[in-house]
Amino acid sequence: MTDTTQTTQSSDAGEHYVAPFDANVSFDELQDAPPPAKFKLSITGWVGAIVVGFWLIVAITGPFIAPFGENELPFPDDYSEYQTPRLGDATDPETGEERGFFAQVYNGALMGTDAEDRDILSRIMYGAGRTIGISFVATTIAYFLGVILGIGAAVAGPRVDMIVSRINDAFLSLPSIMLGLVMVAAFGSTIPVLIVCAGLIYTTVVYRLARGIGMDIMVMDYVEAAKVRGEGIWWIVTKEIWPNAAMPLISDFGLRLIYVILFISSLSFLGLGVQPPQADWGNMVKENLGALQYGESIIPVVAPAVAIATLTVGINLIVDDISAHAGGKLSKRM
Amino acid sequence: MYSMILKRLGIGAITVVAVSVIIFLGTKVLPGDAAQIRLGQSATPEAVAALRAELGLDLPIYQQYLQWFGNFITGNLGQSLSNPDVQITSLIADRYENTLIVSVLTAIIGVPISLALGVMAAMFPGSIYDRILTFTSVTLVAAPEFFTATLMVLIFVFALGIGNAVVVGSTEGKDLFQLIAHFALPIATLCFVIASQLIRMSRAAVLNVMSSPYIEMAILKGVPRKRIILRHALFNAIGPIVNVVALNLAYLVTGVIVIEIYFGYQGLASLIVQGVQTRDFVLIQGLGMIFCGTYVVLMLAADIAAIVSNPRLRHPK
Repeated sequence: MTDTTQTTQSSDAGEHYVAPFDANVSFDELQDAPPPAKFKLSITGWVGAIVVGFWLIVAITGPFIAPFGENELPFPDDYSEYQTPRLGDATDPETGEERGFFAQVYNGALMGTDAEDRDILSRIMYGAGRTIGISFVATTIAYFLGVILGIGAAVAGPRVDMIVSRINDAFLSLPSIMLGLVMVAAFGSTIPVLIVCAGLIYTTVVYRLARGIGMDIMVMDYVEAAKVRGEGIWWIVTKEIWPNAAMPLISDFGLRLIYVILFISSLSFLGLGVQPPQADWGNMVKENLGALQYGESIIPVVAPAVAIATLTVGINLIVDDISAHAGGKLSKRM
Repeated sequence: MYSMILKRLGIGAITVVAVSVIIFLGTKVLPGDAAQIRLGQSATPEAVAALRAELGLDLPIYQQYLQWFGNFITGNLGQSLSNPDVQITSLIADRYENTLIVSVLTAIIGVPISLALGVMAAMFPGSIYDRILTFTSVTLVAAPEFFTATLMVLIFVFALGIGNAVVVGSTEGKDLFQLIAHFALPIATLCFVIASQLIRMSRAAVLNVMSSPYIEMAILKGVPRKRIILRHALFNAIGPIVNVVALNLAYLVTGVIVIEIYFGYQGLASLIVQGVQTRDFVLIQGLGMIFCGTYVVLMLAADIAAIVSNPRLRHPK
């Protein structure tokens, strides 16, 4: 390796340099290769990773370790009347003591109970799996369809590309929440419908991205070379396009996941997503919102909203790190 | 330039037609038809058939579409399914004003403030002020609208005691202070929602101009930084910034749906959610067209602003 470097430096500067072939030298060690950059998380990236990791653990283990069932009513009927954290003016009916804004709760309901006297902590734990699971499956569907269609359009030539892209543009020009409303109105709001609906809506975005990347790669010299060499379409797609398109597509996955989580929980919040009594972070906000005007506790509204926000912001922090590593192109698309 | 703008307008018109086809077909796949829903399950087949003929539901689907689209353009949105005596137009007219007030006020208040903040962040890149602003806006961009709304309720209603967590009642007979309290929370929340996008994008637009050679020249000449931004960079950033503003007003169209529901505000959003819940698809069609039409028009405005503000596109060689 040291030998080759020295030859370059000593060779005539005006002459075009051709690296001598050496079976022992890997491509990473050629002097015009970019310095090997190892992906490292920054401090904010670590915070994001820890938060997201926490929610993933909750999502998987939640239903097993939750202190109470999803719709269990473990407390006496009037429990929420005096033992959940309430506004500053609330007094303890037993001792007559002034209770603070975020007063300590006892008897096992760590975060108090909601408007219907169910344990909030347990519902958050049940909701975690549902919110994250639905969004993850939907994003995966969007990626599966979007990448196949997008790379397909890039490979298939201008005519197919024209047709598919125009149809895609029509769907892209609709606000996603409106598309969601129309689809939910048509097919009802069951969980499979929600997953397919979010998957299809975000396919349009992934399609545009995959098509753009595919188009860029299709005009590269190495693809041209492969075509001239007589390789078939399948070979070009799997051996030339996919290895080069995979990294940017995968690093965009996190960003898309954020949008799908926001979309699903917004639909649930509007009462058109996951249906009660099933817990979902979006509909938990909705269910407890009505009780606010009667001076009920605000914790049942704050807790699920904070859960969604920490999850999406956490993913965003990781995505920021990845995009900084990939050259900062991703953050512009947000 | 004019040919380009005309081309964009043409594309916009085609998009509106395409959107109308999607909305029309999307609501057509609903089980049951308008006549059956309106007359109920107990209606005789003859009565249903008669009403179908009256509503034009027995025509082929493309004729139904043409009829519906023609009616929409002339301002006739048909009758609500859940309440056949009510014209959709009159239902919407009451709410339209409310949604418009909130959106326009948000634009008037939110846009200048966030633009100023974004440009200031671009003036001192890397400073503490810039970093705090960037971090806050990144956080708020990724958080759902109802999280921002909850934050506002916590701050204003519970900590400061201003405003109502729920907006109820009409604006009539209220003095100025009561009006402010009435609108404060929805507007403040929407301002935060669009501000987080606007700050990021306007900062990026100014920084993008700042990296061009003529700015480097100005720096080398020794022009003070403030003057470079205000006299040299800002004028060339106006194009991208106008583009960014129009894009964000389009986001506002979707943001307003969640916020109106959160605060129980009687606008178009609650009407459309109600329409979806009662499966009143005539209502959904009309409102869907209004929302999507506004969205498309704003997107178009963003496109045209980008053309008009770019001298190279304005005077092509």
